[in-house]
Amino acid sequence: MKIGVLLKQVPDTESKIRIAGGGDGIEDGDIKWIINPYDEYAVEEAIRLKEKLGEGEVIILSLGPARTLDAARTALAMGGDRAVILDEDAFQGSDAYGTAKALAAAIEKEEIGIVFGGRQAIDLDNNQVPQIVGGLLGWPHATWINSFEFEGDSATVKRPVGGGSVDVVKVSIPAVFTCSKGLNEPRYASLPGIMKAKRKPVTKYSADDLGVSDDVGADNALTVLSDFTPPAARPAGRILQGELSDQVAELVKLLREEAKVL
Amino acid sequence: MADILVFCEVAGGKVKGTARELLGKAKELADGGDVTACLLGSDLGDAADGLGELGADTVIKVEHDALASYVPGAWAAALSQAIEDNNPDVVLGAASVLGKDLLPRAAALLEAGVAADCTDLREGDDGIEGTRSLYSGKALATVSVNSEPKFFSIRPNSFVIGDVEAGDGDVEDFEADLEDDYGYEVVEVESSGGDVIDLTEATRIISGGRSLKSLENFGLFDEPARLMGGAIGASRAAVDAGYATHSMQVGQTGKVVNPQLYIAAGISGAIQHLAGMRTSKVIVAINKDADAPIFQHATYGIVGDLFEVMPMLTEELAKVLSD
Ligand SMILES: Cc1cc2nc3c(=O)[nH]c(=O)nc-3n(C[C@H](O)[C@H](O)[C@H](O)COP(=O)(O)OP(=O)(O)OC[C@H]3O[C@@H](n4cnc5c(N)ncnc54)[C@H](O)[C@@H]3O)c2cc1C
Ligand SMILES: Nc1ncnc2c1ncn2[C@@H]1O[C@H](COP(=O)(O)O)[C@@H](O)[C@H]1O
Repeated sequence: MKIGVLLKQVPDTESKIRIAGGGDGIEDGDIKWIINPYDEYAVEEAIRLKEKLGEGEVIILSLGPARTLDAARTALAMGGDRAVILDEDAFQGSDAYGTAKALAAAIEKEEIGIVFGGRQAIDLDNNQVPQIVGGLLGWPHATWINSFEFEGDSATVKRPVGGGSVDVVKVSIPAVFTCSKGLNEPRYASLPGIMKAKRKPVTKYSADDLGVSDDVGADNALTVLSDFTPPAARPAGRILQGELSDQVAELVKLLREEAKVL
Repeated sequence: MADILVFCEVAGGKVKGTARELLGKAKELADGGDVTACLLGSDLGDAADGLGELGADTVIKVEHDALASYVPGAWAAALSQAIEDNNPDVVLGAASVLGKDLLPRAAALLEAGVAADCTDLREGDDGIEGTRSLYSGKALATVSVNSEPKFFSIRPNSFVIGDVEAGDGDVEDFEADLEDDYGYEVVEVESSGGDVIDLTEATRIISGGRSLKSLENFGLFDEPARLMGGAIGASRAAVDAGYATHSMQVGQTGKVVNPQLYIAAGISGAIQHLAGMRTSKVIVAINKDADAPIFQHATYGIVGDLFEVMPMLTEELAKVLSD
């Protein structure tokens, strides 16, 4: 079976984010680029599934600028077999819908039978692309999984749904899954793995190859971001003084009377 | 003027608090347009009653056996059909666990875009637009949507709703055309018990960090959380140490919360923790280290040992809140 992994390259969370001059984006000068942390769980789960099946191919799918290939190579070094990179200019500036449209077309073209992605990309925190991919392909999707048991034509997964409840779901394959913390411990790329990754095949498709020219790129985006600003600084807070018990009494009074949140 | 449809989640036979928030905001933004509430489920009982008071002119009930539990494919099909039939300009839903899962798929079926997890909404030059928080809250941006309809999911507790002009609240049924099988079957629901408020929707949260030192010590938060009608959260360090469950984790790899009041006790305030709670209206920091980064984000701070402060806080809250 061909196992697809949706992988996005994102800024390291420790990176400083600077707004570009006109407020139409961020400067990517000193950003350290990493694999979206949730997508590492997806890579790991895909490799484990292949190991369990004893056959198959793990295909890393990523849409982004040329540097995206670095993130894909890291995933290949972890154990992915090959990569499909959508880095043509036409793809740049795609929104969640355009990105999903292109990825879904690549999944069909490659005849992939199961897909893992991350729960959300930590750059824009959209939390949308895999659900849209599922919708476009007409496959079921299960998001935020923290446990995955493969049973052939179905898989049983657990997904926390809030309030301490967990849905245990049987999902028919083909399907799209998004991975959360707790699913697995992603492996590190070994040195031989890194050497081997350099020779693993990388396929590139154009928007025309995929038939998505009218859906991708900034011009076709359905959602548009503008006017980037740094978050408003919080007004300086008040550190309470005096006896601890008096501070606590004052705190409760402030929460009730000044902030009105109790 | 805009016609706005609000997808309202139902739990325990009633619409959730997020529905009140979104209907109120919709009424304000519609500016004379129609506000429609849309409810999905297999047996909605009287959950549709009284929504006129919250601002709904029309309430669409979509009842179907296939909607008995949350099945993304079925719910997305039902919601998109109801939207297509109602033909609103704007669709609003909560950026809750369910909303984040459902809305992108429902919108995709209509070839529409979703502005996800917005923390504000307003009338812009091209209709309604929103504000999104990006890069772990290190940047904000305006988001506009170029499709019909425009979808927005809203981070719970983004709006404080005052008095809302009532709508007619006329209830209509919509029959969705659904398949028998969407390849997704909820076989069991595991529950940690009790009627726990989900963190993402809680209006008051008290969170503890590694400094709590044990699972038992998290019990220190039970009473104050109960008194405030709030939920209990945790830092990742506390979760990794086994003092709290992952469903309680706030932050980058946990939940994004947006309460009126967030009390961080014994939490240092790492960037990844802030990513999950920095939009809270009021932040209280309790930490014995006066230099802890959390104090730079706190509205009120107490420098002190949480094991001393918490019992005092519980006592003080009991005094003012128990009656
Ligand atoms: C990719 C990535 C993702 C991450 N995701 C998350 C996430 O989602 N959520 C998250 O929280 N973290 C996350 N982290 C971890 C984060 O960087 C911090 O390590 C973590 O938040 C620290 O938790 P803490 O504040 O409880 O512990 P510590 O950093 O150990 O801080 C403990 C604090 O408690 C104070 N203290 C100690 N004893 C007492 C006492 N008796 N009374 C009062 N104060 C006391 C100390 O002064 C200190 O400030 C992530 C990290 C990475 C790299
Ligand atoms: N450009 C992309 N290329 C490949 N996969 C992506 C891309 N964008 C998002 N994804 C996948 O979708 C998940 C959720 O991303 P998002 O919807 O952007 O928050 C990510 O964790 C990835 O698995």
